[in-house]
Amino acid sequence: MAASDVKLLGARPSPFVNRVQVALNLKSIDYEFIPQNLAEKSELLLKSNPVHKKVPVLIHGDQPISESLVIVHYVDEVWSGPPSLLPADPYDRATARFWAAYIDEKWSPLVRNLINATDEQSKAAAAEKVFEGLKLLEDAFVNSSKGKGFFGGEKLGFLDVVLGCYLGWVRAGEIITGLKILDETKTAALVGWAERFTSNKAVDGVIPEPEELVSFMKMQARAAAAADASSK
Amino acid sequence: MGEEDRVILHGMWASTYVKRVELALKIKGIPFEYVEEDLSNKSALLLKYNPVQKKVPVLVHNGKPICESLVILEYIDETWPSHGLQLLPKDPYERARVRFWAAYIQQLLESMAKLFNPDHKEAQEKALEEMYEKQRILEEGMREFFPEESPNVHPEKLGILDIMIVSTLGAFRAQEEVLGVKTLDPEKNPLLFSWVEALIQLPVVKEIIPPFEKLVSLLQFIKQNGIRF
Repeated sequence: MAASDVKLLGARPSPFVNRVQVALNLKSIDYEFIPQNLAEKSELLLKSNPVHKKVPVLIHGDQPISESLVIVHYVDEVWSGPPSLLPADPYDRATARFWAAYIDEKWSPLVRNLINATDEQSKAAAAEKVFEGLKLLEDAFVNSSKGKGFFGGEKLGFLDVVLGCYLGWVRAGEIITGLKILDETKTAALVGWAERFTSNKAVDGVIPEPEELVSFMKMQARAAAAADASSK
Repeated sequence: MGEEDRVILHGMWASTYVKRVELALKIKGIPFEYVEEDLSNKSALLLKYNPVQKKVPVLVHNGKPICESLVILEYIDETWPSHGLQLLPKDPYERARVRFWAAYIQQLLESMAKLFNPDHKEAQEKALEEMYEKQRILEEGMREFFPEESPNVHPEKLGILDIMIVSTLGAFRAQEEVLGVKTLDPEKNPLLFSWVEALIQLPVVKEIIPPFEKLVSLLQFIKQNGIRF
């Protein structure tokens, strides 16, 4: 498969883009990464994802696919050889999809709230909610991994990719808040898992260092403040 | 599969999310038991099966619970692949398109739910604008799927998008009754309108659509009291 056949429109700091990168790496698929300036969206991006105008967009041949979870399913189904990203059993697949939805719709907004909390009281309240969610994810990990190292068992799978790609932001959040979000005294299994995920070959070089993400967030906050000020 | 299969759907009679699952089971001809849940007084069983979200629908298959309507739909399609139709197409790119638009229709539903929030007038205006905009995008997107003017709705060819469309938009008349505005305009959205009209004629859909008056009463109650499901 020629590298030009598979293109990924993305931006390095996006965990959603990172998911696709890791998925493609796990499947050993060559691809061309086309970095996007989200402040000034390219013709290609607007044409490929006219509905949401967001990254990631996978372009396979000339067919665009958007939405990170849709793309990961697509990658798993088109390049269906091993390793499989989704589990084989339908019930296990449903469980993985359930937790992916929970992580994206319920848990990650809690992390965002924590990172953006302005005073100590709301920070503590937000942290409590994040930890409650992590406890659920810890249980999910124990049930899903069945004693092995990943949600997917012996190897990285769908849910590892979904949650794992947030780890950069979780670490950035720890720097910003001064709190330990992944804490061995609270969620020991997830702490071990995070280590294994981050050091996996398929993840190497994909997720930016937390310090880079902290700078990125500060830059975004400044830009947002400037936009606010100029629109008043 | 066969005599060993026990399928139970925990639901609520007016829930769009539950309707999706009911319809999928009926389209695929899968026998199931239905348990009506009182969401103001959730059963111990529901809380056991869905401790994380505490919501309906929950599909219980041979004692194992599956939650989240779109997750359940894919589970049904994968578990009973040879039963009746496939809800998702075979081709990976087509599957990706269906999943993309199913997720978008879900976003449309969330916009529509905001209309029943008893806030002041401005928020209502904004919510309507948002909903119309999403419908416009959906109408355009669905044109890609149906090169002819209107979707050919066949009971033997129903899939996830049909299920999402009829569960989300099928009760538009009841919504319009309560809100006093058009929630599905045949002039703005001819394709969506004709698609919904064709779907609600199907016997399998008529079996699951909530009774009009009962739904209107519930929606009025929600609008007045701002209850979220």
